[in-house]
Amino acid sequence: MRWSRGPAAGLAVGCAAILALTAGVLPAKAQAPPSSRFVVVIDAAHGGADAGGRLSSGQLEKNVTLELSVRLRSLLAARGIAVTTTRESDIDVDAVRRAEIANHARAGACLSLHASETGSGIHLFTSSLAPTQPARFEAWKTAQGAWISRSLALAGAINFALLHAGFDVTLSRTALTAVDSMTCPALALEVAPARGADGKVTAEPDDATYQASVANALASALLEWRMEGRQP
Amino acid sequence: MIPRYQQILFAVLLFSALVMGGVLWHLRQRAHERLLAGEDSAPTKAPAVAPAERSTLMVANDADGSLRVQERVLPLPADPNARARVLLGELLNLYAARGAAHPVSGGAAGVAQVFLMPVPGAKKTADPGAELAVVNLTGNFVASHPSGLETETLTVLSICGTLRANLPRITEVRFLVDGQERANLAGHADLTQTYLTADAVNTGEARP
Repeated sequence: MRWSRGPAAGLAVGCAAILALTAGVLPAKAQAPPSSRFVVVIDAAHGGADAGGRLSSGQLEKNVTLELSVRLRSLLAARGIAVTTTRESDIDVDAVRRAEIANHARAGACLSLHASETGSGIHLFTSSLAPTQPARFEAWKTAQGAWISRSLALAGAINFALLHAGFDVTLSRTALTAVDSMTCPALALEVAPARGADGKVTAEPDDATYQASVANALASALLEWRMEGRQP
Repeated sequence: MIPRYQQILFAVLLFSALVMGGVLWHLRQRAHERLLAGEDSAPTKAPAVAPAERSTLMVANDADGSLRVQERVLPLPADPNARARVLLGELLNLYAARGAAHPVSGGAAGVAQVFLMPVPGAKKTADPGAELAVVNLTGNFVASHPSGLETETLTVLSICGTLRANLPRITEVRFLVDGQERANLAGHADLTQTYLTADAVNTGEARP
């Protein structure tokens, strides 16, 4: 959308901004050029009263995602990548707050971490929103629409790294409130049990070795992603 | 000697009591007749069995995160709302069966109702006959659904895909749980948004 200049236009812009904010719409710099500082937002899903799913081992999803978040944060920090997390302990963080943290960080990549006892390997999800043109103001619940192409590119980069590390990867799209509101290349990543050729579980999502190898592959992928973003 | 005005008052009260008794008797008779009429209208003949038709179910598979096409021959009612409910009931029965590739307990009872209505504003679009399906799931089904991003997404996509495969006029689907809007299915998949059935086919990577 192009705005005309002049006092009347300025007033109109101001009114539109107030209306947009009161209607639950927040400004987003869709497809804005990445800032010089590359930031990754790690969102450990669930937390507090929201336990998420329960794994076969009896472990709660909220604990597994937090463990994976801590591992990944450490690996990224060791590689010189700035990290913002949505939670560092077992606290309630609602979907809107998670998206607020991600959008405030103006991140180069946002990962929402989940864990499940169904399926196998790693499930990568991008938002199911239809791609939209970047606009000055984005509706909060569909803000990710303007970032779909970048999110798909990020999914491709992470998919490549995970396959290279020997994981089974499933790519799909889903409707997840937190991701749909993020104004960054965003993915939801669900860690499912590793299974052998016979379908038997070889590692649960809360297995420390399994988590470490997932975190390593993700860190490598994000390092590549940062390099890719710096290319002209 | 009873005063005259008391005699008149007594007569009026007696008359009123008789009239009210008559009205009460009449109402009782009407209620009784209504009850008998209701009994008479109860079905005495077995309902006609709907003809069996070929239908397509989009069945979720947790192993590879896909939707697989499964052909079935089912007796389907003519009414589109009932037809949609029967189709989804059959789909959920598959998920409730032992050894299902996408196990979810509850079966056909998990879908309380399906309502079809014109998509708001569709008359002004290229597809004026497009319909929105409102799928009312039961609280028991949702409570027993496994929690997980993939499993919840597959359930939603398979419902949307099955509706699209059999009732192509349905282009959009919304979900309710016990008649109320609900934030998500089992902690993940957003149930507040309107799903496009076309996305179910594209996203689900349907495989024959």
